[in-house]
Amino acid sequence: MITGNSFYNAQDKHKGILSWILSTDHKRIGLLYLTAMFSFFFVGVILGLLIRLELIAPGRTIMSAPAYNAVFTVHGVIMIFLFIIPGIPAGLGNFLLPLQIGARDVAFPRLNLMSWWFYVSGAAVILISLFTGGGPPDTGWTFYVPYSIRTGTNVTLAVFGVFLLGISSTLTGLNFVTTIHRLRASGMTWLRMPLFPWALYATGWVQILATPVLALTLLLLIFERVFGLGFFDPAKGGDPLLFEHLFWIYSHPAVYIMILPAMGVVSEIIPVFARRTIFGYRLIVFSSLAIAFVGYLVWGHHMFTSGMSDLSKVVFSFLTFIVAVPSGIKIFNWVSSLYGGSIDMKSPLLYTVAFIFLFSIGGITGLVNSALATNIQVHGTYFIVAHFHYTMFGGTAFAFFAALHFWFPKIFGKMFRERLANTAWFFLFAGFNTLYFPMFILGWQGMPRRYYDYLPQFHTLQVISTIGSWILATGLFIMFYNLISSIFRGEKALSNPWGGVTLEWKTSSPPPVENFEEPPVVTGAPYRFR
Amino acid sequence: MSNMSITEHRPDYEGSRLGMWIFLFTEMLLFAGLFLLYSVFRTRYSPEFHTSSVELSRTAGTVNTIILLTSSLTMALSISVIKSGRRGMSLLFQSLTVSLGILFLVNKYFEWGAKLWHGIYPNSPELLQRGKGKTMFYGLYYLMTGLHGLHVLAGVILLTIMFIMTVNNRINREQYVRLENSGLYWHLVDVVWVYLFPVFYLIN
Amino acid sequence: MNKNNDHTIGFKTYIAIWFCLVVLTAITVTVSGLNMGRYGALASVLIASVKAALVLLFFMHLKYERPFLKLMLLVTICTIAVIIGLTFFDIGVRY
Repeated sequence: MITGNSFYNAQDKHKGILSWILSTDHKRIGLLYLTAMFSFFFVGVILGLLIRLELIAPGRTIMSAPAYNAVFTVHGVIMIFLFIIPGIPAGLGNFLLPLQIGARDVAFPRLNLMSWWFYVSGAAVILISLFTGGGPPDTGWTFYVPYSIRTGTNVTLAVFGVFLLGISSTLTGLNFVTTIHRLRASGMTWLRMPLFPWALYATGWVQILATPVLALTLLLLIFERVFGLGFFDPAKGGDPLLFEHLFWIYSHPAVYIMILPAMGVVSEIIPVFARRTIFGYRLIVFSSLAIAFVGYLVWGHHMFTSGMSDLSKVVFSFLTFIVAVPSGIKIFNWVSSLYGGSIDMKSPLLYTVAFIFLFSIGGITGLVNSALATNIQVHGTYFIVAHFHYTMFGGTAFAFFAALHFWFPKIFGKMFRERLANTAWFFLFAGFNTLYFPMFILGWQGMPRRYYDYLPQFHTLQVISTIGSWILATGLFIMFYNLISSIFRGEKALSNPWGGVTLEWKTSSPPPVENFEEPPVVTGAPYRFR
Repeated sequence: MSNMSITEHRPDYEGSRLGMWIFLFTEMLLFAGLFLLYSVFRTRYSPEFHTSSVELSRTAGTVNTIILLTSSLTMALSISVIKSGRRGMSLLFQSLTVSLGILFLVNKYFEWGAKLWHGIYPNSPELLQRGKGKTMFYGLYYLMTGLHGLHVLAGVILLTIMFIMTVNNRINREQYVRLENSGLYWHLVDVVWVYLFPVFYLIN
Repeated sequence: MNKNNDHTIGFKTYIAIWFCLVVLTAITVTVSGLNMGRYGALASVLIASVKAALVLLFFMHLKYERPFLKLMLLVTICTIAVIIGLTFFDIGVRY
């Protein structure tokens, strides 16, 4: 299938499947992550389609109410913890970070493999939890107390699975930060580093400094269920709001674990297809770090209607508005980079432009949520569901797809079919908006999230939304068909099909085991096009 | 060919130490979450925390503090002497560190045992009828000293492995970064105890 | 590049640091015996922080590490402070 000295042909002390699942090569580990993540993504999509199908008509359609609770919980747990948090960093980051900084591997290759094994074990534990004990958890992915302590479903095991995933994520962050500090090519100063590694660096710090709090929160939840310590139980002197505090101290920064790498991807793709240097390199670097930092200050905006003190609501609301500044800087810089460029609208850029559009909608509706008064109206409604799908799916997942197309030739040494990729894009974009935009209206009108049933006046929009889910699924199908079949039957790719200027394009496609024939030397800033 | 280049990978001691430090940061955040919980309940149940603290053995706490501080000293000395190649000395200091760690755990075992004997453990009827403040205090006491104790146990195991590696000459005056990193971990466990001691044993 | 952290601290320094730590432990136990009200809690946390700083700086060689690592530790400590501080905007008012 692939010839030459690519890492696919590398001699290893193991043979067959073992040469993959015991490999310490960052490229193989990246592909292991991608395979596992997209398998789970597929399951998550199926569950999402089932949710939409159930909601096509009021009352019972295809499943019972308890089954519905389990389905939306598992959809959330899979999409958040198994797909989008490991997402771009563990999959593409693993493959590309050493290539982009001109290193042979990450700083701790064996630790990297161990992270993958933690990921797989966590996923396995979650899957086991679905079919054992009291059945799949039905708490929603947030595991809020007191229900998560009282429910008879298999929350303890599922939470332990997520705990293992947390360890995996932390170790990946540790590895990447150390890699970036120690293994940059000679001549690559901090401000000559491409923006995707910069985004991974900021993400790495969030993974390091936030994920332990999640680990603790989940441990506490397990202890509550097993030993009954009572920290979240008012009858014993505890405070259920503390769970929400601890949970969101992690889970809000986690939102930036999801989006920062996506922003890094966009900053890589735009200069290549605009044939022009990125506008405001330093400001994009700065805004990545600023987003990572400000992410710690705003968790309370998930709790405006939960009974926090009024003072803290005002403080958190105010701080939340600050996030809009660095995000805005990035959006303006990307648009300015396109301005005056000689734009080549290839599929990676098409997906990227969709990212900018959808993420802007997601971001701006975020301001509606962060204002205290409007938050009371939309909290816990479909408006929130629409908002975070616009940022997470419209944002991160679209950037992920853009990145998959952009680096596909580098990873597999093959080209995908451009026309088919653009067709898939059309279905994805149209389906996405048909699916999620009606949810903004539904939420504004008062449709609560996670409800099994609804009033007749919501029927039309629910039907439109369900139809959107089918269009979106068609788009996903076409995209994956195109990519997967191109691995086997695509045309051979050149080492630099898009004319990129970062280091990964200076080696062959796919790269050799040691990434570069000669250790690269960097002499100037990234993104200099002639 | 690939095998040759793998052996070419030079060990990066500074990178390895940086990785260890970052790991310690994650440990700090883990305990920070617990201290957050502690400070919340201490604010809420200030008087009860005081009366509960008096029930703990101040002597046992002080002795354990001295034990851990001394073990940190022997740990640091064991690294200091291995740099100048005095392997026997280093082994002596390493075994002292491990022994002190075990002594700490034994002390802890008797301390916990005495409390359990009186029927004070999480969710016990005896504890619940003593009121909300005490329930929270002892919940935190068991959780925080328990998690810290697990870290001490992990450290003891880690240092035992280091001891064996030193015996086998895999840790020597040239290559001691593993011992150094284990030392960093051990010192951090000490730092955590430095905070745990006053917040549980010394509330006045 | 220097492959090891070669700055060796002498025996005497280590033992002096250990001695300070033991003395500080004695002080904090004594101080907690006095009835200082809310200042007692402050004093014990301050003393603990001095002890932690001694362990970090000398036993853990932080004093001789490069500035970048010190900055990282500072960021970590600030994060902890922010997390606890912001929670008290809620807890401090509600209780």
